[in-house]
Amino acid sequence: MLKQKTLCRCLAALTLGVAAGSAFAGPTLDAIKQRGTLVCGVHTGLTGFSAPDKTGKYAGIDVDYCKALAAAILGSADKVKYVPLTAQQRFTALQSGEIDLLSRNTTWNSKRDTTMGSVFPGVWFYDGQAFVINSKKNPKVKKLADLNKASVCVETGTTTERNMADYARANKLSFKPVVFEGQEATEKAFQSGRCDAYTTDASGIAAMLVNLPNRSDYTVLPEIISKEPLAPMLRRNDQEFFAIARWTIFALQQAEESGVTQANVLRMKAESKDPAVQRLTGATGEIGKGLGLDADWAVRALQAVGNYGESFERNIKPLGLARGMNALWNKGGLMYPMPLD
Amino acid sequence: MWSSERFRNIVYQIALLSLVGALIGYAAYNLVHNLESRAIAIGFSYLGQEAGFDVSEKLIDYEPTHSYARAFVVGLLNTLFVSAVAIVAASVLGLVVGIGRLSPNWLLRKLAGAYVESVRNVPLILQLLLWYGVLTELLPPVAEAIVLGSAFLSQRGISLPWPTPHAGWWAALLGLFLAVLFAFLWARAVRRRRERAGRAPAVLWPSLAAGVVLPLAGWAVFGAPSELSTPAMTGFGFEGGKTVSPEFIALFLGLSVYTAAFIAEIVRGGILSVSRGQSDAAEALGLSRGQRLRLVILPQALRVMIPPLTSQYLNLTKNSSLAVAIGYPDLVSISNTTLNQTGQAIEAITLMMAVYLAVSLAISGLMNWYNHRVRLVER
Repeated sequence: MLKQKTLCRCLAALTLGVAAGSAFAGPTLDAIKQRGTLVCGVHTGLTGFSAPDKTGKYAGIDVDYCKALAAAILGSADKVKYVPLTAQQRFTALQSGEIDLLSRNTTWNSKRDTTMGSVFPGVWFYDGQAFVINSKKNPKVKKLADLNKASVCVETGTTTERNMADYARANKLSFKPVVFEGQEATEKAFQSGRCDAYTTDASGIAAMLVNLPNRSDYTVLPEIISKEPLAPMLRRNDQEFFAIARWTIFALQQAEESGVTQANVLRMKAESKDPAVQRLTGATGEIGKGLGLDADWAVRALQAVGNYGESFERNIKPLGLARGMNALWNKGGLMYPMPLD
Repeated sequence: MWSSERFRNIVYQIALLSLVGALIGYAAYNLVHNLESRAIAIGFSYLGQEAGFDVSEKLIDYEPTHSYARAFVVGLLNTLFVSAVAIVAASVLGLVVGIGRLSPNWLLRKLAGAYVESVRNVPLILQLLLWYGVLTELLPPVAEAIVLGSAFLSQRGISLPWPTPHAGWWAALLGLFLAVLFAFLWARAVRRRRERAGRAPAVLWPSLAAGVVLPLAGWAVFGAPSELSTPAMTGFGFEGGKTVSPEFIALFLGLSVYTAAFIAEIVRGGILSVSRGQSDAAEALGLSRGQRLRLVILPQALRVMIPPLTSQYLNLTKNSSLAVAIGYPDLVSISNTTLNQTGQAIEAITLMMAVYLAVSLAISGLMNWYNHRVRLVER
């Protein structure tokens, strides 16, 4: 397993070395259109974000973003090829051109934005790092400080290891990290009792708990120790693709703000007198043209997955997570779509 | 000049070498160019930056404030440590099982055979996951730890009493080292004497005596410390003493049990390669079975065994990189974390490969040197 992964990475490195830039000279968007499919890097299995559903198809809020983008660019939400990636494979996969974009609960931070040849078009999900414990085994633990000197299971390849060390240092605590490759191995070690706690993004904890039969044994501690703005990630070589990726996010959020849904989008386009809706649906204005697309780009995206709120309801709400920071700006959240004009 | 074969060969070789060199240079140039054009950071300067993550098992002092380079060394030492102890254990176990497969005792022979065939035909990664699963699932939680005297066995591993640092313990260790040195020199002196005089004093007893007396003397002279740090249960684990993690135990067991099966076959092959006449002759001289094995068969078998043994040692060291699957912070695990935090995949992997290469070459160099020493000197 490991060897294969290392091999993949080495091959990717080799490709970077030998390909002399020719394979990546053309912008990503051209390649997508020529190929007729969008290659989307997703999580291997994180309920609510990207996991195979009962019919074996990928579903989740990260998958919805891929679908919306494919619908906007290629005309159909089915024209997506999903590449499941672990936390540590993802950046190499993006850098080497194996995928067109990464839609895999990836934290937007300065290092990734400046030194890895990548860009983030906008935040798709606001999250934060949390800790979960087995309250049956550790009934006295009520807050993070009670976990001093505990063993904590962590998945490698994420920002979590460092956040935990930072928090421990700032609060004069100490944790013993037990680091695994892959989320499943990490969760299994925690559930077996090898670690006293498991730390990852709050949404990841919720996704684990929703699949556990004895979920009432577990308690999520109240502290959120980090900011994790999860965002899609693109290579830096294509401004047009970047613009489409960014405005797809805003369009889906604007749709929620203006009350445009998967069900009513066509009717709204025909009937709505609201200028914002008219521009969003392409009834007036030239947003699509500016993006190099047709006027119906946002309509197709909305027909594919619904607005941001609908996608959230469908994917994240079953995990038991509230809208919180992910509500629209005028509902007390942080989601603020830039004006479509 | 061209008609000279020697000259032509040199030209061909220079041409080939330049071609390979040019290819590597071209790839390296492209790599740097491509990475730069894509605004991906390159270079090894990240090694000096603060690592910012903690490591649970370390042989040297390490804090999250230390550099990536130091974290790398921590991982390297963990890899070397687990490899070294597993190599020793695998060799001993392999020797026993290999001899067992040739034992006249039917049960022993079959058991050894069953061990070899079952262990070496199951992938190592599965065995590691099995060991780890057994250790973490079957052992009790900390609160219900199995108490063995003042040691504890739990999901956190084995917690043992351990000497608190004191000069006396180090002196004892030095004494042990001197005793080994003494035994070595004494055995050589005895052998010379036997060759000269035909009779010689015993080897075993003086060596054993030195092994007991010298450490004891060192320990006594430097203050005879008796203080042991005993593990005590705290909220989440054990404080004091020494705790060996289940990750380490699983990796150690997995690597040594797996490699021992291969070593057993090498031992068996080595013994079988010594001609039957040697054994018969030794028997005719009146040597016991143990003496025949120790004095006649094994020294000759060793010559055949060392080259394949070397590759098993190399395999074991490289296989230790599977540690990442069971959470042991080895070189690969720490390099992976570094890679993910810095995003400098190519540098981190190059460094990892270079270090594994260096370690492997060192082991193979050592074994070749030993092979050279024990080879048959023909007169």
